[in-house]
Amino acid sequence: MSVTVKIPAQLRAATGGEGELEVEGGTVGEALDAVFDQHDGLRERITQDGDLRRFVNVYVSGEDIRFQDGLDTQVNDGDEVTILPAVAGG
Amino acid sequence: MALEGLRCKECAATYALEARYVCEECFGPLEVSYDHSGLDPDEARRRIQAGSAGIWRYADFLPFSERPPSWRHSLEPGLTPLVRADRLAERLGLGEVWIKNDAANPTHSFKDRVVTVAITKARELGFETVACASTGNLANAVAAHAAACGLRSFVFVPADLEEQKLLATSVYGPRLVGVRGNYDDVNRLCTELCESRPWAFVNVNLRPYYSEGSKTLAFETVEQLGWKLPDRVVAPIASGSMFTKLAKGMSDWIDLGLVEGELPTFCGAQALGCSPVATAFAEGWEVCKPERRPETIAKSLAIGDPADGPYALDLARRTGGRIESVTDEEIRDGIRLLAETTGVFTETAGGVTVAVLAKLAEAGEIDREERVVAYITGEGLKTLDAARESYRMHEIEPTLDAFEAEFKGAGVSA
Repeated sequence: MSVTVKIPAQLRAATGGEGELEVEGGTVGEALDAVFDQHDGLRERITQDGDLRRFVNVYVSGEDIRFQDGLDTQVNDGDEVTILPAVAGG
Repeated sequence: MALEGLRCKECAATYALEARYVCEECFGPLEVSYDHSGLDPDEARRRIQAGSAGIWRYADFLPFSERPPSWRHSLEPGLTPLVRADRLAERLGLGEVWIKNDAANPTHSFKDRVVTVAITKARELGFETVACASTGNLANAVAAHAAACGLRSFVFVPADLEEQKLLATSVYGPRLVGVRGNYDDVNRLCTELCESRPWAFVNVNLRPYYSEGSKTLAFETVEQLGWKLPDRVVAPIASGSMFTKLAKGMSDWIDLGLVEGELPTFCGAQALGCSPVATAFAEGWEVCKPERRPETIAKSLAIGDPADGPYALDLARRTGGRIESVTDEEIRDGIRLLAETTGVFTETAGGVTVAVLAKLAEAGEIDREERVVAYITGEGLKTLDAARESYRMHEIEPTLDAFEAEFKGAGVSA
């Protein structure tokens, strides 16, 4: 599956300024791994011990993956995977 | 004394004092750090007492280099009443209960505090538009304070908000955006918008400054108790920001010698229909599982994915407190109990707080010797639906006979 991963402004220093990356993957985890292969600096910023850090939210086409199967959430061709900080609001 | 910068609460990375809220290293939240070395507690107390009759009297402990900041505007919140609630205490079988009535602010909620700090910082940083993701009270405050200083405002709320809160916001002339979704949807949208708009989102990119405003609730409590700390605090939790900053304000003053004693026992209050923090507390989790579909009359607390959840959990646990949740019925009872015993009419969030106080009292959690402060964060007139059909009116003809027939003998001999 080809998906678009949207990178938040706070992480773009690690992608050379790129805000959107096209990658292949069948699940959110695979798509993120493909992103980390391109930009290794992102891995430790977003994940810790193989899981998402606690202040990172990930959405597939607007739906929080914690309400689905987490990193195992399936993605479809053309889906948008959005990474956002979880520390806003209230 | 000086402002140092922004510091990550997770990894301690430091950043300049700008519109920034997320650590680029670990995605943790940023917090303002100060250097208070050399502070003389007596002098600090004198400066406070000689200050304004509102939150700027605590300017030494707020994120500005000028004290008070020259960008401050006319609508100053704070110094709201802290009232001894003996009749409430008696009803609950408690010894000493105080009500901090923060409905007595310019737009009738504690949000005036955080918004005043955020908007003053926004002006200092040169922003011309302010914005927020709100469950209602914040929308009221942002719209009003923006109007008070001539800024443009965009306020984003769930479209199904209480009509009173929409009316009390739109009167100030903001761009009011009703989002079809819950608060967490609104928050996500604002987090995304924040990247493409040159706006000061008070609770997104200005959140480190905004949240500092809640410390003034702690400062006032200590000052109004005669420079003493309460033994126990009961406060509502939505994102957990106010709850944790209450503790921050108190512990900062303990560390700096402005008040003696230990951090109180912190008890958090949530509505059962949106209780991710209370659930995590009960389950022993360190992080919250977000609530997908919040369903409660306490809409101002209906945040399913609380940003400061982990910190609120840690605070309650390390102070020996609890985080409890109550039903909508208990919330209505809480509103009524507070009104009948103190003359304070609070919104649903205050009903949550009073109901949790009652629940803790009933469970025998609170010693009669304890000095308890409960935080009432908003005004009852903004959530009238919660009080609808809760009264009985005696409708009579305008004659003495009709009155006597209705109240036969009532009070005649007294």
